[in-house]
Amino acid sequence: MALSETGTARPIGVGGDALSRWFSDHAPTLLLGLLLVLLPAATTDFVLDQIVGWTLVLGMIALSLMFLAGYGGMVSLVQMTVAGLAGYSITVLGASSLPSISLFWPWWVAAPLAILIAVAFGTLAGALSARTEGIYTIMITLALASAFFYLTLQNWSIFNGFNGFTSIPAPIFLGVNWKSALPLYYLILFCAGLSYTAVLYVSRAPFGIALQGTRDNPRRMEAIGFNVTAHRIAAYAFAAVIAAIGGILLVWLNNQISPGTAGIQATIDLLVIAVVGGLGHPIGAFIGAFIYVLLRTFALDALVAVGLDGRRFQTIIGLGFLIIVLFSPDGVIGLWRRWLARAATSRRGTSR
Amino acid sequence: MAGARRNLPKGNKPLSTVAERIAAAGAGNAIELRGVSRLFGALAALSDITLSVRPGERRAVLGSNGAGKTTLLNCVTGDFPPTAGTVRFFGEDVTTLPPHERTRRGLRRTYQISLLFQRLSVRDNVYLACRGASRGRFSLIRTRASDAIMQSVADLITLVHLEQVADRLVGELAHGQQRQLEIALALAGAPRFILFDEPAAGLSPNERGDLVAILTALPPHIGYIIIEHDMDVALRVVESVTMMHNGRIFKEGAPRAIEADPEVQQLYLGGGHG
Repeated sequence: MALSETGTARPIGVGGDALSRWFSDHAPTLLLGLLLVLLPAATTDFVLDQIVGWTLVLGMIALSLMFLAGYGGMVSLVQMTVAGLAGYSITVLGASSLPSISLFWPWWVAAPLAILIAVAFGTLAGALSARTEGIYTIMITLALASAFFYLTLQNWSIFNGFNGFTSIPAPIFLGVNWKSALPLYYLILFCAGLSYTAVLYVSRAPFGIALQGTRDNPRRMEAIGFNVTAHRIAAYAFAAVIAAIGGILLVWLNNQISPGTAGIQATIDLLVIAVVGGLGHPIGAFIGAFIYVLLRTFALDALVAVGLDGRRFQTIIGLGFLIIVLFSPDGVIGLWRRWLARAATSRRGTSR
Repeated sequence: MAGARRNLPKGNKPLSTVAERIAAAGAGNAIELRGVSRLFGALAALSDITLSVRPGERRAVLGSNGAGKTTLLNCVTGDFPPTAGTVRFFGEDVTTLPPHERTRRGLRRTYQISLLFQRLSVRDNVYLACRGASRGRFSLIRTRASDAIMQSVADLITLVHLEQVADRLVGELAHGQQRQLEIALALAGAPRFILFDEPAAGLSPNERGDLVAILTALPPHIGYIIIEHDMDVALRVVESVTMMHNGRIFKEGAPRAIEADPEVQQLYLGGGHG
């Protein structure tokens, strides 16, 4: 991840030829990747799916928010909805326990179509909010998220209302049942790794640098020849692809989808994940998701152990959010960078 | 050019020569303003401005604070569209075009208060300006160091003496360096005409010398309009001057004639001060 050097912008196109430098630059990422690939050998299916699997899927959806907010300065609260719409689409077009609604199309038709529908929706949401700034972007996207939530809650012919869908099978292809723990874990790991790499790569491609330009100074971007609105809408489309894939994986992992999956609570949780992790680097989305999943999984037991009501785990998450935002507005990544900077200064101090 | 034809005077006596017709449409000029006005509420920041600048011409626009100089630039670039009148850029009616479309046609500007990308490096800032003037603005493929555009970026950074800080974040630069970068952004791509809004503001005497050197060394086909309070800079780098007062054009002429004009001295130079 090379967190230490992302604060200073790296020159464009430098270091493509030196393989060794590439390896040393990306050593932490490669190490983490290797660890995740080898993880199944050392752990249980519970940890694989309920901890790491959830972290990676929520991290992907949070990554789509990080891309828009961190690089584009657009806090879009509609990313969980995009994921939810993709999840609903794959159940309606594909298979579920409800033959009266699901169309039972093969996964290779249903999955691309689900992504297409969700990306179209995400792009449309972008078109609606791209001309707004700050609080107004948040309000428009929040309104869209609420509208979708109530639609899924009240519509029974397509979304099956309050009940949603259960027993959603993951596809079987290449002779593998992707529903079983190990293949599903690797599928999720592959998609998460690909999204992470894609965001990191695009952040230094013309499209990504220009997106950061629109964040810093939209008026000047117009003056040097960029169509800022079109650029923002394209960013929403790019982010929606990641959120949509995340939404499909979420449904395959969770085996069910209901209005709560993309409800207001989930929307806010996603914002908390992205902000707690830090919007300054794509890895922040996954760090935030990891903290969130750990708290959600274990805070309940910890609370009960000290004699409190286990249902207060949301309070713990809220408190954690408050503390992080108060002490490090740029999230865990910000803490980490400041710690590195301090370590570097004290090292210089002692060597003198 | 289709727009130019549309606006030919109708009903008047026919224009005989091609030259006359071109002149009537303003197609021969780099910048052609006709009856441009800009209201802010009830306040007329610009009233009925008619102004022509030839390709390659260097023009200073002078006037006291509030004379409408910056509003004039904003109307030309499209940052604020005029409330009335037409703006032509090399003959094409650009009155209703958004700023980025005018930039793609070769119009550039700098800002009085630096409008830069604070959280990007100097190199990225210049890179964006070069990319904005070329194709591939939406490209998802990274630019390689060997690409031609990176050579243009390096040249522009060298031109404004920012090599030493090329990879620093712009937010960390000194004021003078930010002003230099402001100019580099305006020179990116293939500018045909540049609008400089007080480029010398806040510069040290040394930096002002650099600025004059850069402006006078621009290729002769690149014309510009410069707004500048520092007469030493402004009158050294232009061949013509437009004086503005209260949103109107007050006088036009050569730098020497304007400097010597008693009315101008009375109004702007504070009588015998210059």
